[in-house]
Amino acid sequence: MSSQAAPVEAHGHHDVRPIRKAAMWVFLGSECMFFGSMIATFLLFRNETADGPGSELFNIPFTSASSFVLLMSSLTMVLAHNAFGNRDARGTRIWLAATALLGTVFLAGQIFEFTEFVHEGLTLSSSSFGSAFYMLTGFHGAHVAIGVMMLMAMFYLSLDGRLYDDRGLNVELVGLYWHFVDIVWIVIFTVVYLLQV
Amino acid sequence: MTDTAHRAHPTPRLYWLIAIFLAVVTAIEVAVPQIDALDPIKVPLLWILAALKFFTVVGFFMHLRYDKKLYRTLFFFGVFGVFPLFIVVLLSLHAL
Repeated sequence: MSSQAAPVEAHGHHDVRPIRKAAMWVFLGSECMFFGSMIATFLLFRNETADGPGSELFNIPFTSASSFVLLMSSLTMVLAHNAFGNRDARGTRIWLAATALLGTVFLAGQIFEFTEFVHEGLTLSSSSFGSAFYMLTGFHGAHVAIGVMMLMAMFYLSLDGRLYDDRGLNVELVGLYWHFVDIVWIVIFTVVYLLQV
Repeated sequence: MTDTAHRAHPTPRLYWLIAIFLAVVTAIEVAVPQIDALDPIKVPLLWILAALKFFTVVGFFMHLRYDKKLYRTLFFFGVFGVFPLFIVVLLSLHAL
């Protein structure tokens, strides 16, 4: 409870893990507002295509497959966290690598989708719809890319047993961040893709 | 009992079951816009399905269901803070 003194570790230092975890939840809460404002903007401009291409370009089966990949990456991430909790270094490494791979597949799909749309004439500056679409999905993609980098850093640390050196980011915090990019995509997939077809 | 008293975390088996559940809900989501008979309820139905997935991931994969109440409060302050923010965005863009 917040009124209790912070736990003291064996070597006399305060355990700052609960504070870091609380800070991560505050950060994720603020990120909800960040994406919320962008989703509101997209909803406002969803029909402002300036007679150019709009949501008819969306390839729902393709995006559904991408969504499925990202959803399954949440499973591999939670399995990595579970293995980490059981001090199973090999299992942690395997599931972290699987999560990073699935995240990379999602990003590759997004790059492919963006390339197709640009060829069809939907660019960042072609219309308000284009601006709102690329800002929202692009920022989400940037978050996924940062997550993949953090996962790769965790994987690297696991190779020489530094994963349990708990001074910086750890698997739990990276996991929270990763699940967050998944839940944001759950909303984006519904609002941007499914509700527009 | 304090808010630090946690429930036991789920097992890997439950994680796999949740993933299957999420995959099934996603398949339903993709099917809904294709079914003409569901057109009148398409929007609320898709929102409900998205909320179901959202809270399942937050509760089980992010362990918010099992973790400290403080974390829940911090996160949902942000989640529900989105709604006034929606209104601010709409007002600032003269859409309301």
